[in-house]
Amino acid sequence: MTDLLVKRRTLIAGGAGLLLAGCDKVAQIPAARKILFSGEDIHYGLQRALQDRGALAPEYRPDQMSPIFRANGTRNPATPSYDAMVANRFADYRLAVDGLVDRPLSLGIAQLAAMPARTQITRHDCVEGWSAIGQWQGPMLGTVLKAAGVRRSARYVVFTCADLYNGEPYYESIDTIDAFHPQTILALKMNGAPLEVAHGAPVRLRVERQLGYKHAKYVMGVKAVASLEGIGKGKGGYWEDNVDYDWYAGI
Amino acid sequence: MDDSPPPSGTLIRRHALTTRIWHWINALAIFILIGSGLGISNAHPRLYWGPYGANFDYSWFQPPHFPAWLTIPGHYNLALSRRWHLLFALVLAFGMLAFMIVSLVNRHIQRDLRIRAGELKPSTLLHDIREHLAFRFHDPDHPGAYNILQKLAYVAVIFVLLPLVILTGLAISPGMDAAWPWLLDILGGRQSARSIHFLSMSGISLFIVVHLILVILAGVGNELRSMITGRWRVPADTADDTPSAEPAK
Repeated sequence: MTDLLVKRRTLIAGGAGLLLAGCDKVAQIPAARKILFSGEDIHYGLQRALQDRGALAPEYRPDQMSPIFRANGTRNPATPSYDAMVANRFADYRLAVDGLVDRPLSLGIAQLAAMPARTQITRHDCVEGWSAIGQWQGPMLGTVLKAAGVRRSARYVVFTCADLYNGEPYYESIDTIDAFHPQTILALKMNGAPLEVAHGAPVRLRVERQLGYKHAKYVMGVKAVASLEGIGKGKGGYWEDNVDYDWYAGI
Repeated sequence: MDDSPPPSGTLIRRHALTTRIWHWINALAIFILIGSGLGISNAHPRLYWGPYGANFDYSWFQPPHFPAWLTIPGHYNLALSRRWHLLFALVLAFGMLAFMIVSLVNRHIQRDLRIRAGELKPSTLLHDIREHLAFRFHDPDHPGAYNILQKLAYVAVIFVLLPLVILTGLAISPGMDAAWPWLLDILGGRQSARSIHFLSMSGISLFIVVHLILVILAGVGNELRSMITGRWRVPADTADDTPSAEPAK
């Protein structure tokens, strides 16, 4: 009896092991991989259907802020051109706004700071699982895009950054729904002070209904496009193109 | 159920087709969700209470590093663990919703899972525990019915742990937090939701271990057939049981 039980238990454990290994094999079959990756489109569709277009991410009180806000990803681009910008306190910094716009712009920090700003205390959720709450301030991305006369044909907004990954600038993208969301801002300040280098100085995107890797740091360029084809490998971002992360990171 | 107990050895209809389909879809989904979830846990194995929590904050529990043979995929890859997890989360959640609706309509819940007042009396519970320890799992008068320990376990999983694991999973999503902010209100913040997600998963895992052990003890062949074809053979031991173990009515 006990022998039989041990055998049965081994069988169940062995079966589970085979199944686990089977998952890796399945993920290598192109058709199965397509199904596996379709989860993202389903979540994207469901969330956009359940969310009001302007539904706000939760905002918090000052006493709910993280005592220390963890810096993640690139903590310092440390390229010669970035170091030069840091050295003269971003006086030469210019944000390029182009693509499907009527009036391409080149904006300095003073011009960005002169635009109506939004201040928000929000939660930053890393794809790894941790969260930190901080205060962010800066012009709404929608204001900047309207100032540039963004065209109706634009469907996505692509951000290029000063930090390099494999020698190429980091890039990310969002759809126009998130681009015109009131909480989507080009943050110039964090917790009341100009952005630190570790947190993306001088400009960091905040796109509060998505995970941390969408919040591009060291933003140098904002480009309105009709399609993500031709941007990197076509999936809309560095992590999406190179390590299979979801482009829609609302979950 | 019939009033007269079916004689031992006969095959009775035990599980409805919808219950059987749900059972196996769920078995696969939960298996994949736990494997990929352990892979995700390895990315930041620290749990917190409240709305925020990161490396500098107090962590009430640090799950162990789960070895590669337990995770999906079988090596550290957060992006792929997430792909598996988020696809099968849909299978679990919508399967759960369908099962709840069907089981209310076909009265599976009211007929088989409803706990009657008398069943929670300490004497009944003690009797059932003694019967389990003696490896007698079926009431001779109603061999096809669930006993009270079984009912409590199924009710805890179906009405507490699975809904909780789904709701906490939704609350971890920043997009869902914007759509349904009440998720955070009832769960006490995103990091609390993440902790409760892990705890519910642990509860479900414990259930699965006990469930599998009891299937083995009750007879793999008979239990497996009843969950595949719906037909279950009334075991011999129930009919021959001594009448001294009178179940409290």
